[in-house]
Amino acid sequence: MKIAISATGNDLCSTLDARFGRTSQFIIYDLDNDSYISVDNEQNLTSAQGAGIQSAQTIIKAEAEAVITGNVGPNAFRTLTAGNVDIYLGTGLTVQEAIDKFKNGTLQKASGNNVEGHWM
Amino acid sequence: MQISIASGKGGTGKTTIATNLAYFLKKQNKTVTLLDCDVEEPNCHLFLHPTWTSTEKSTSKIPLVNMSKCIKCGRCGDICHFGAIANIKDTVLVFPELCHGCGGCSIVCPTGAITESEKEIGDVQTGTADGLEIVQGLLKVGEPMSPPLIRSVKKYANTDDEFVIVDCPPGTSCPVIESLKNSDFILLITEPTPFGLNDLKLAVDVVNELKIPFAVGINRSTIGDSTVWDYCKEQNIPIILEIPHDRHIARAYSEGILLLKALPQYEEKFADILEHIKEVLPS
Repeated sequence: MKIAISATGNDLCSTLDARFGRTSQFIIYDLDNDSYISVDNEQNLTSAQGAGIQSAQTIIKAEAEAVITGNVGPNAFRTLTAGNVDIYLGTGLTVQEAIDKFKNGTLQKASGNNVEGHWM
Repeated sequence: MQISIASGKGGTGKTTIATNLAYFLKKQNKTVTLLDCDVEEPNCHLFLHPTWTSTEKSTSKIPLVNMSKCIKCGRCGDICHFGAIANIKDTVLVFPELCHGCGGCSIVCPTGAITESEKEIGDVQTGTADGLEIVQGLLKVGEPMSPPLIRSVKKYANTDDEFVIVDCPPGTSCPVIESLKNSDFILLITEPTPFGLNDLKLAVDVVNELKIPFAVGINRSTIGDSTVWDYCKEQNIPIILEIPHDRHIARAYSEGILLLKALPQYEEKFADILEHIKEVLPS
């Protein structure tokens, strides 16, 4: 199973980026063999709107089944849900710490968007 | 002839110039329609006090997907520049607040699974003030997508009129582009401050891209610094209007009185604008 983590850098020491839509990177971590790749999200960083939807599509394409991030808005939540991606919320963690917490089941799962959209 | 009044920065005096230019033209016995395309906050009416004669609902088209006909080819999502339609696994998601209503998705759909439904986005109001036709868009509160409403407002322009004056929204993004479309001439209003200059440069980039003749007008020209003049000189951009920072103007403005009604001595400045436009445009 693969999980995605919004991150400020491209390795496991990077900090978890609280922003989902406008995170600079996603770490796609494969729990089956403890390997990872980073996916650049730069394009979304500068997109005018719809960043949450685009980011959700990016990690769905990367075959992630869960995401760890700080905040998700309504559009990101809708898109992730349609793609069967579970959402876990974390804050003030490194990517490695977020993965460890996910593994031992201490991360909070989101049942809805925890922030409002930027257009409402 | 469509003359559009734009700026990068907000609060530089677009509405002051647009309303007074329209009023001035009307006084010269021209036929004029003033279009208030700043649909998020139309304010020409504050100075013209029109009598509204009609209000019509304006709608934008948003896609409606019939999943039983969808073959999940993904073409609808690929063509949308605004990410308003997303192909996710077994479903298609539509995000109405991102949709610009272009209809591209329904055209590329090979199975006819996408039809369009109407979404109410605001009102278009028409009225008259001092013989001047005025049209304004009023975007529904909470509706983020103004270009379709601006398009509706512009459809009300009377093509027989000698002049159509467009009061644009501030900024340099989609609503401004939509407002500027089909302009014969653009007047960019700025103020001589670092903010004014910064946003003027952005606006000039946009207008250059659109390849429409333009000039600059400097409002509150007696404050700030000389950098706007320096920039215009360097770029060979004509400055065809300068309005000083004048307490009397501010007073009339605060009372909702048109500049040219309160201070008719400024008429000459508006005559100069038209003189310049006449010179640069092939008649």
